[in-house]
Amino acid sequence: MTKMTFARAINSGLRKSLENDPKVILMGEDIGALGGVFRVTDGLQKDFGKHRVVDTPLAESGIMGTAVGLAYRGYRPVVEIQFDGFIYPAFDQIVSQVAKMHYRTQGAVKMPITIRVPFGGGIGSPEHHSESPEAYFTHTSGLRVISVSNPQDAFTMIQQAIASDDPVLYFEPKRRYHDKGEVDETLDLSAALPMEKARVVSEGTDVTLVAYGPLVKTAKDAALAAADEGVSVEVIDLRSLAPLDFATLEASVRKTGRLVITHEASQTGGIGAEVAASITERCFYHLEAAPVRVTGFDVPYPYSKLEMHHLPGLDRILDGVDRALGRPNSLSGLEG
Amino acid sequence: MFTDDAGKGGISAGGPGNSAESNRRTGGDLVQLITPRGERVSHPEFDPWVQDVSDEQLGALYEDMVVIRRIDTEATALQRQGELALWPPLLGQEASQIGSARALRDDDFVFPSYRDNGVAYCRGVNPEDIVKAWRGNALAGWDPYTVNVATQQIIIGAQTLHATGYAMGIQNDGADSVAVAYFGDGATSEGDVNEALVFAASFQSPVVFFCQNNHWAISEPVRLQSHIQIADRAAGFGIPSMRVDGNDVLAVMAATRIAIDRARHGGGPTFIESVTYRMGPHTTADDPTRYRDANELEDWAAKDPIARLKSLLERKGLLTEDLETAVGAKADAVAKALRAGTINMPEPQPLDIFKHVYSTPHSPLDRQQDHYSRYLASFGDPAEAASEEGAR
Repeated sequence: MTKMTFARAINSGLRKSLENDPKVILMGEDIGALGGVFRVTDGLQKDFGKHRVVDTPLAESGIMGTAVGLAYRGYRPVVEIQFDGFIYPAFDQIVSQVAKMHYRTQGAVKMPITIRVPFGGGIGSPEHHSESPEAYFTHTSGLRVISVSNPQDAFTMIQQAIASDDPVLYFEPKRRYHDKGEVDETLDLSAALPMEKARVVSEGTDVTLVAYGPLVKTAKDAALAAADEGVSVEVIDLRSLAPLDFATLEASVRKTGRLVITHEASQTGGIGAEVAASITERCFYHLEAAPVRVTGFDVPYPYSKLEMHHLPGLDRILDGVDRALGRPNSLSGLEG
Repeated sequence: MFTDDAGKGGISAGGPGNSAESNRRTGGDLVQLITPRGERVSHPEFDPWVQDVSDEQLGALYEDMVVIRRIDTEATALQRQGELALWPPLLGQEASQIGSARALRDDDFVFPSYRDNGVAYCRGVNPEDIVKAWRGNALAGWDPYTVNVATQQIIIGAQTLHATGYAMGIQNDGADSVAVAYFGDGATSEGDVNEALVFAASFQSPVVFFCQNNHWAISEPVRLQSHIQIADRAAGFGIPSMRVDGNDVLAVMAATRIAIDRARHGGGPTFIESVTYRMGPHTTADDPTRYRDANELEDWAAKDPIARLKSLLERKGLLTEDLETAVGAKADAVAKALRAGTINMPEPQPLDIFKHVYSTPHSPLDRQQDHYSRYLASFGDPAEAASEEGAR
C-alpha cells in the first residue's frame, strides 16, 4: 500500500498500462511536457516518448477522430479531454463513430478507446470548466461510462477501462484530485472488482444513498452525520454509470425500502432519473416511499460564487434523506 | 462566377455557373493526360508515373470503369424496383475512383464515403456487399480488414480523421503503407476535414486526401463551399496539393501514385483535388432538375470519363471487338450476379438488433433482449410476430 493523491493514482495506472501493452497510446492537449493541466500525465512523455504520449493540436474532434483511426489500426488510445466542457466538439466523433463502429461492422472493428474527462465543479473555475456531461454519454448505446471516487479505484479502473475492448468514458472528479488515499499498486486486475460493478461503501438499513464520483465522499459524510441522528444510511458508489449495476442497487433497496440518488449534474434526464425509474420498475413493492433525487439544478453551470448552491452538499443530501424517510424536511407540506 | 455583392442582396454565394473555372484561381493548372476527345497529351511531371501502364492495363482500366458504371446503373434500377431503399449513384466519377484505387497497394487502407463504390469494387468488395446497407440488411456490407477498406462513412468528412489516425498508427508501427481518405467538395467545409489536415501536417502522417470535387453537395454548388479552388486550401495547412482532371483516369492515377509514393517514403500527406462531375442525382431520392441547369450536365457529358478512355483506346487501335465483347460480358455477368444476390439476400433476424453493441456482456441490454424475445415468443411464431411488428 502506498499513500498517494487521486491524480497520482491515475498517473500510476496509466503508467502500468503503457508498460504492459505497447499498443496503448496517450493523446491530448498539454499532456506531454506539461504533464496535463492537472499533472495527471506528469512524467509519462519523458519516460515513454512522444510517440506514445502525444501532445495533439487543439482540436477535440481531431483528437477523437484520429483515436478512431488508431483503434482501427489496432491501438488502444487513451484520450484526455482537458475539461468536461471541452468535450462537445468531439461529441460527433464519440456518438457517431466511437460508439457505433463495433455495431456498424458487426464486431469486426473494435474501439478500445478510453476517454478521460476531468469533470464536476467545486473549484471556482470559469465557465465550461465545471460541468457534468455524463448523461449525454450514458444515453448513447455502445459506450461504457464509469466514474471513480477514490485513489484505489482511480488506479484500478483506469487500467480496466484501457483493457476493455469497448469504448469507455472515464469521469475523474477534478475537485478530488488532491485527496490522498491508500493504493495497492500490486493489485491484480483480474482479482479486482469488475468496473461495471457498484460498491456498497458503507452499510445501512434505513435508506439507500446512491452517489458517484465527487459526491461519494459527500455521501459518506452525510451517512456519518445521519448516524448521529440514529438514521442508518447505506451508501452505494455506482462506479459504473453505463451499464448500471442493478443487482447491487436492487439488493440494497429491497433491504432499506428507500432510495436517494445524488449527483452534481442537472436533474432532468440524468443518472438519478434512470436509477429512480428502473428501481421503481424492478422493486416497486419493496419501496416505502418515492425515490428522491438530490442533484444540480436544471441551470447552466453557474458562476463560481454561486456554485455551492448548485452542488448538492451534505445538508441538502440529508434533507433528501429526510424526505425519503418521511421525516420533517424543507418540502414538508408540499405535495409532489 | 463569384460575386462580391453579398452585402447588397443579402447573403449569397454568387450567381449562376458552377464550372471549375469559376472558382477564384490562385494555384496550379488542371492536370490532364487524356483530352475529352481521347488524345493523349504529354505532361513532363506526370507522364513518368504512368509510362508503365501497358495497353493491356489500359484495357483493364476501361473494363473497371464500364463494370462499375454497370453496377451503378443496376443498383439504381434495383432501387426503382423497390429492392434497395436508396442508392447514391457515382455516374461520371468512374475515372476518379478507378484511377485512384488502382494506384494503391493491397496493404494500403482506404477510408471512403458512401459514394465511393468504385473504390470498394477495385479493392475486392463483392458488389452485393456494396448494396447490402442500401437494402437495409446491415449498416455496412463488409469486414474492413478483409479488403483494407473501412465501411463507407455517411457523416460528411468524419473519415478523413480516421484515415489520419490510421496513418499515425502506420508511422508508429514503422510500416510503409498509406491511408487514403476519400471525400467530396462539400466535406471540405466540415471541421473534421480541416482538423484532419492540421493533424496530418503536424505529424507528417502518410495519408492521402483524395477529394472528388463533383461540383455538387446535394443541391449546393461548390462555390458555396469554397471561395478559392479547393486544392489551394491545402497550402494553408502546409500540405502539397495537385489538381487533376478527375474524368481522366491516367491523370488521376499519376497524381495518386505521386501522393502515395511521397507518403510511403516519409514525405507526409498530399491533397488531391480530382475535378469531376456528379452526373446523376445525389441519391435516388434527389431531383437535381430543381437546382441545376441541363446545360451544365450537357457540358460535362461531353467530358465523360468512359467515352474519353474509349476514344483513346480507339485512337491507339486497342478497342478490338474482342475487348468490347469481353468487357460487355463481364459487365453483364456482374450485373446479373448483383441482381440475384440482392434479391436473394438472407433476411436479418429480429434479435440481430441486439448483436455487437458491445464486445462483452452488458446486463441491462441482455435483459432488454430477453424481454423482447419473450414478447416475440408470446405470438407463437417469432417470425410472424416480427413481421407484424414491422408492419405497424
